This record gives sequence, structure tokens and C-alpha cells, in this order.
Amino acid sequence: MDLVESYREDLRFARKPLTWLLLGALLATLLALPGYADSSWLVRASLICLYAIGIMGQNILIGYTGQISFGQAGFLAIGAYSFAHLKTLGVPFLLALAAAGLAAGLAGVLVGFPSLRLKGPYLAIATLGFGVAVYQIFANWELLSGGRSGLSVPKLQPAFGLSREVYVYYIYLGLLVVSTVVTYNLISSYVGRAFVAIRDSDIAAEVMGVNLTRYKLLAFAISSFYTGVHGGLFAQFLGHLEPQTFNIAESLTLFVAVIVGGLASVEGSILGAMFVILVPTFFSASRWLVPVLYGLTILVVLVFQPLGLAGLWIKTRLYFQLWPFR
Amino acid sequence: MARFLQYALTGLSAGSLYALVALGIVLIYRSTRVLNFAHGDVATLGTFVAFALVSQGYSFSVAFAVAVLVGAALSVAFYFGVLIPAQRQGATLLGQVILTLGLALVFQGLIVYQWGAEPDRLPFPLSDSKTWKLGPVFISQLSLGTLAAGLVGSLLLYLLVQKTRLGLAMRATSENLQAAQTLGIPTRMVLSVSWAVASVLGVVAGVFLAAALFLDPFFMLDPFLKGFAAAVLGGLNSLPGAVVGGLILGVAESLTGGYLTIQFKNTLAFVIIIVVLLVRPEGLLGHEFKERV
Repeated sequence: MDLVESYREDLRFARKPLTWLLLGALLATLLALPGYADSSWLVRASLICLYAIGIMGQNILIGYTGQISFGQAGFLAIGAYSFAHLKTLGVPFLLALAAAGLAAGLAGVLVGFPSLRLKGPYLAIATLGFGVAVYQIFANWELLSGGRSGLSVPKLQPAFGLSREVYVYYIYLGLLVVSTVVTYNLISSYVGRAFVAIRDSDIAAEVMGVNLTRYKLLAFAISSFYTGVHGGLFAQFLGHLEPQTFNIAESLTLFVAVIVGGLASVEGSILGAMFVILVPTFFSASRWLVPVLYGLTILVVLVFQPLGLAGLWIKTRLYFQLWPFR
Repeated sequence: MARFLQYALTGLSAGSLYALVALGIVLIYRSTRVLNFAHGDVATLGTFVAFALVSQGYSFSVAFAVAVLVGAALSVAFYFGVLIPAQRQGATLLGQVILTLGLALVFQGLIVYQWGAEPDRLPFPLSDSKTWKLGPVFISQLSLGTLAAGLVGSLLLYLLVQKTRLGLAMRATSENLQAAQTLGIPTRMVLSVSWAVASVLGVVAGVFLAAALFLDPFFMLDPFLKGFAAAVLGGLNSLPGAVVGGLILGVAESLTGGYLTIQFKNTLAFVIIIVVLLVRPEGLLGHEFKERV
């Protein structure tokens, strides 16, 4: 079997040549997607890529650090509006995106301060309050939100002779790959280990020399940075912003994605993004079914499969590795 | 001064409903440490049941009674059907909170399926336009009824919790679950009663709110969040705190709307949550839980 024999081996991204091969095949399939998929699937794939980035960030906070948060829509709105305003002023795409992430990250630090004193349900309420307050500020402050007609975002100009959809897809896919690699490295570094230690028992972590203030704030800042980038990409994708986009339902959608995809799992975040994008697509004829499915999936996942889709994937893989034994 | 009193009275009437919602949240929180995110949606469902019965020609009192019973039955079914199996599987507290969130989503979808997303008007025996003059201030029949419902509801809950044997069992269970079990209290029955009573309070608040607002599948979201704020303000484990918090929140909101800004009236509740959690996380009348490693 594949035992991990050294720390260096544990840190490696993919341990076996076969894994590298499969990863390469997956990436090639994704790169070739514009060749065989029609434009509606391309748009969905772009949407999955941008959601996966935000959900990965939430997973760092909820899954790895164990700080529950229902304020995602607030960070999303801050990211999206910073991006839109900067883009309107003529700031280049990537720079505006980084600024959107930084703005949301700063807000994350501000929300992180209460988290130093609050735990579990109390933190959930505080972040919920933050999310709703940000929504109401944007809804009532016309200077920020562009008033009744909303705020429009200048479209991305495609390059290299690609059509706009293909170009957007490649950019979003590229950003997803970058953030996946960054997240993997982050969680296997000492920072990630500190996060996990805080999740398992913050008092014990503090005794072992983890600076709680620094790492809790860092977790909030990093996760809101991701969510801010998600917001910026979402603003670019929508092309038109209205405060209603960032209501409490959006926070819940992101939360559902983290739970269903699998807590503390990077590939789970991507699976969770696929879940929350594809389910509404398949049931677009009967919208009422979407929250029912979300809710039932949460109930089933938490009672029977606490690690979510990622856990299911690990179990399936183990089954084939151990076959015919079980 | 008359203007101030008028705002305060309107605020008290709204606040008494926040207090009812907050009481439901606190009742469940202090006995099980679970924050019930489905509280608002159970109340919405109960209110829609009342609406359906009234539109089919049943009298309002029958519809109201059935709605309250349906709300209670749903909560008890959730407690026995989902929460207890989850606890057997070793679900954490946070997991149980997330389960109530899942239940909320399920109810939301079912309500939209059954009754549609368009706003309806709940026929209500008390009128909003008939007003009385009390000294310098006016009060409508509906606000007076709302205030009465809030006070009677809180009073009945007080009598139940403080003066009956069942209430004693409820207090014992929330104080120390294992000790209560050892002393022969059927804690599961007691906890299911807590869930049922909480939902009854929620449905009562929902019916009165639906009379003042429009009835649509999401009408309880705002009052629910404000009930939450009221519960946090008063202390999440204190029943009197919930009432005090609800009334303070109602009055503060009404005064903000009257004197400062009507736009940010609804944001006040969330500012209060964040400030209270920062300054005094246990709330006005609550006490802190200690945790061990």
C-alpha cells in the first residue's frame, strides 16, 4: 500500500505517477471543453470555476478553522462592488480583482475581531448580522450600489482571437487552478496546521503555542480574500450588479456548497460548487424544488455522510483499491 | 412628547412579537444548545395553514388552533425524526444547528410549491384601521391585540415554566441533562415539549405579523432575524431576557425610524447584535457558559 514515509512525501501534491497522469488528463479535458461543449455548458463551467474559488475560501474558514460563518454574501457584495467601481474607473482586470479580494479581506479582519471572543452559534449569529447589514447598506446607499438601475460592469475584451465565452472560461479556469494549488499548499503549511489545531480545540492549540488572535484573523482574512475574488469574478460574469443578488439566500447557497462538498476538503469545494450550480440548472422548471433538495441533501449528508461528496469519493476510491476485499 | 409616546407604543407592539419569536429561540437554545434556524419557517408554514383554512371557509379561531397544532407537530416530528437519529450518529452541536438550517430550506421550498411566491392577504378579525385614542396617543385594534398576544403568550410561558411540574422538569433538563435523566425525568419527552411550545409561540407571532404585513413565503425572515437579535440582546439562555430584549428592540427600532432615518431602521437590529456580542456576549440578563478542554 502507499504509506507516507516522510514529511516531505506528505507535503507532495500528488504522490503517485498515476495521480499525475489522471490530473493531467482531467486538465486536458477541461482545456478542451470549448471544443466539444456548447456555449451554455461553457457558461455553466465558468460559473462553477468562480464559485469553486469562493467556496474554497469558505472551506478554509468553516472546514479547516472551524469558524462558522453565515456572512458570505456580505464579503461577496464588498468584493463585487469594489471590483465594479474600480473596473468602471478603468483599472485593469487582474488588478481590480486583487483589490476586490483585499477589500473583502480587510472587512474579514474587521469581522474576525468579534470571532476572537465568540464561538459556535454566537459567531454564526454575528456573521449573519454582518451579512444582512452589508446587504441593507448596499440596498439603501445609492452612491455605492449605483441606484435603482444598478451598476453595470464593463465587459472583458477577449484576446488571442477567442470568442468572449471561451476567453472568460479560460481565465476563470486558470484562476481556479491557481487557487487550488495555493490552497493545497496553504493547508499543508504550518499555517494550515495551525488552523486545524484551532478547529479541534482552540485552548489546546493556544497552549501548544498557536497565536489564536493572529491565526483566527488570518483565517478570516484569507477566506474573505477568496470570497472577494469570487465577488469580483461574479460581478464580471453578471455584467450588472444589484444589491438583491447578495441576500441571505446567497450566503446559504455558499454554506450548503461547503457542507455538501465536504468540510475540510479542497476537491470537495469544487464538487460543492458543481452541486449548487448544476442542481438549479437541472430543476430550472420547478424552482421550488431547489431549496428542498439543498435542505434534504444537508440532512442526508450530516446524518449519513459527514464528509460530504469528498467523503463519498474517498470511500469509492478505497473500495476499488481494496477490491475484492472490503 | 406625544410623538415620542406614539413611537414608543408602536415599538412596544412590534417588540412584543419580536419577544414571542425570541422566546421560542431561547426556549430551544437553553434546553438543547441548538440555535433553531427553522424557527421562522415553521412559523411561516403554520401561518399558511391558517390562511388556507380561512380561505376554505373555516372560522378564524379554528384555523388559528389548527395552525398552532401543525406547527407544534412539525417541530416534534423534526426532533424525533431527524435530531435524535443525528445525535445517535454522534452529530456535533454545530451539526445539529446546520440540520435545522436544512429543515428551513426544505420548508421554504415546500411553501413556495404549495402556495406560490405571490403575496396574499390573511383575513384577520382585528382591524388595522380602527383606532382608539388613549390620552395623547392613538392605538389601532390590531396593535392592541398584538401587544395583548405578546404579553399573554409570555405570561402563559412564565406560568408553564415556573409553576408546573412539567416546567420544573424543563428547567431541570436545561440545567443538567444527565442529572435530570438520572433522577428519572423523561428528558426526550420534556425536550420535545420544549420544541412544540417554541413552535406554538412562533406560529402565534407569525399569524399576528401576517395580519400586519403581507403573507408571502419569506415574510418571517426579517422578524425571525429580529427575534434572534432580541434573544442575543437579552441573553440567549434567559427567558425574561428574551421579552426584555424584544421590547427594547421594538422601541429602539421605532424611535430610530421616527427620529433618525427610516432607511436604516431595519439595519439597527444587526448593529445591535454585533455590538452586544462584542461588549457583553452573554446579553443583558443571560449568564455565560464555561467550557472545558
